[in-house]
Amino acid sequence: MRTARFAVAHVPGLVLSGSKPRRDIQAAGGAEVRAALCGALRSFEGAVGYPPHQVVLGTLAPEALREIPRPWHLQPVAGARPEGPGGVMIDELGFHAWLARADTARLVQFDETFAEEVRARAGNLQISTMGAADLRRAIERRAEPLYLGGHRLIGVVNPAHDEDESLAAPVLLENLAAKVTGALALRCLLDGAGEDPRAAADEPVDYLIGCGEEAVGDRYQRGGGNLAKAMGELAGVRSAGAADIKAFCAGPLHGLLMAGALVASGVWRRVVVVAGGSLAKLGMKSRGHLVAGYPVLEDVIVGMAIDVVADDGRSPLLRIDTAAVHRIADGTAPHQMAQVLTAAPLRAAGLKLGDVDRYAVELHNPDITEPAGSGDVPARNYQMIAALAAQAGEIARSEVPAFAEAHGMPGFSPTQGHIASAVAYLHHAVAGLTQGSFSRVQLVAKGSLFLGRMTELADGVSILLERNPAGESERRAR
Amino acid sequence: MIDLRDRLVLALGERDGIPAPALAACIESVGGRVVYAATECFV
Repeated sequence: MRTARFAVAHVPGLVLSGSKPRRDIQAAGGAEVRAALCGALRSFEGAVGYPPHQVVLGTLAPEALREIPRPWHLQPVAGARPEGPGGVMIDELGFHAWLARADTARLVQFDETFAEEVRARAGNLQISTMGAADLRRAIERRAEPLYLGGHRLIGVVNPAHDEDESLAAPVLLENLAAKVTGALALRCLLDGAGEDPRAAADEPVDYLIGCGEEAVGDRYQRGGGNLAKAMGELAGVRSAGAADIKAFCAGPLHGLLMAGALVASGVWRRVVVVAGGSLAKLGMKSRGHLVAGYPVLEDVIVGMAIDVVADDGRSPLLRIDTAAVHRIADGTAPHQMAQVLTAAPLRAAGLKLGDVDRYAVELHNPDITEPAGSGDVPARNYQMIAALAAQAGEIARSEVPAFAEAHGMPGFSPTQGHIASAVAYLHHAVAGLTQGSFSRVQLVAKGSLFLGRMTELADGVSILLERNPAGESERRAR
Repeated sequence: MIDLRDRLVLALGERDGIPAPALAACIESVGGRVVYAATECFV
């Protein structure tokens, strides 16, 4: 596994299109909710300086968050930049420029003033425009409004069909947002953004595996998929075929496992696992944030791309032989999931829980989840893994907190579902396993299949990343 | 201690906590009647 890159789109105006804010605004008293949300949106500078975002961009280690008093939005990183070795961050104007590029069906229309602003930034893009009165009429005909910073109406996304709910304007905006952020992360990876020249586009991508959570299709194949191919097209990739894997938040690790298997078997030489972010989750916990006097912290959509190639003698090894999946007959209680995904595969590989330097689990930022009553999700996961270590006799019961701290990390990921589920750590995992002192990182992701009401089962996947022994001997020789 | 015998119970589970089927099994084992069970994910 060579590298991972993230694209963070700061889109406060789109918070109003998130599922929870949309429902709250449509309910009784919605005008007040809308005013409160718009009054609590962050500036781009505020979002760039937010310490957890700098962790995603790779300029700050997750462990550094322990030294920063919470809430973290009150402790902006001085001199923060919207880029780092782990990825890039774009503002609303940059996002809408990409939205215009992504709109192959010509459904997005901006007002002329905003279109000029986009062209001034992004070059002479082909942008469809309409006047303010026509924008308002389009919204009456079920177009989805696009706001800048929550207040300024700058355009619409039109429905693609009058009667097809799968092609309704809000659904299309969700899918376009995923396409844009996934493509941007892929472009970032191929351009070798940051410090790693090995990530440059020096070899063709053979295959893209999409693993986001959006459903792309019309009424006859809702969720038909292959958004990965559309992302590849938008990112300028010409050499690759593509397909999507769907598994809720566990999708990226299923995708990574299959990418490793495809490369190891020689079917393809280079596979990129790619996912766009979730617009629906914008403002998901905003009610708690407003009560706590926080800004709306869920104002970013995050895409990611992971590069998988044959062993290059340096990059961490994706130990697909130690992969574990949660099987249908396995229990779904947290201790059963943790046993199946962490202790069991390690034991099969002759390893103990303490042999893993870091566990990348559900890495949701607790500043986002705690004000909404959802607790500290990664802390609960680490507590469970440490408890298993105590149960196995690796540590004393009194050492559980120390084990959780030594092998875990504070949560830092935006609540973007599949992004928060282990893969948000991948840039740091690669850094720790190449430049740092790590020997092993275990990625552990869970998926909430039961949310779709087709089963009561949950899902889970784990894979071990290991320091490349060839790279290690080379490092020692130096 | 709550006596759940012959009581109607709504079992709301959580992905990173106790899932609904486990709650339902416990409730039924002490004589409660689960009329609704669902697991939610709060992240």
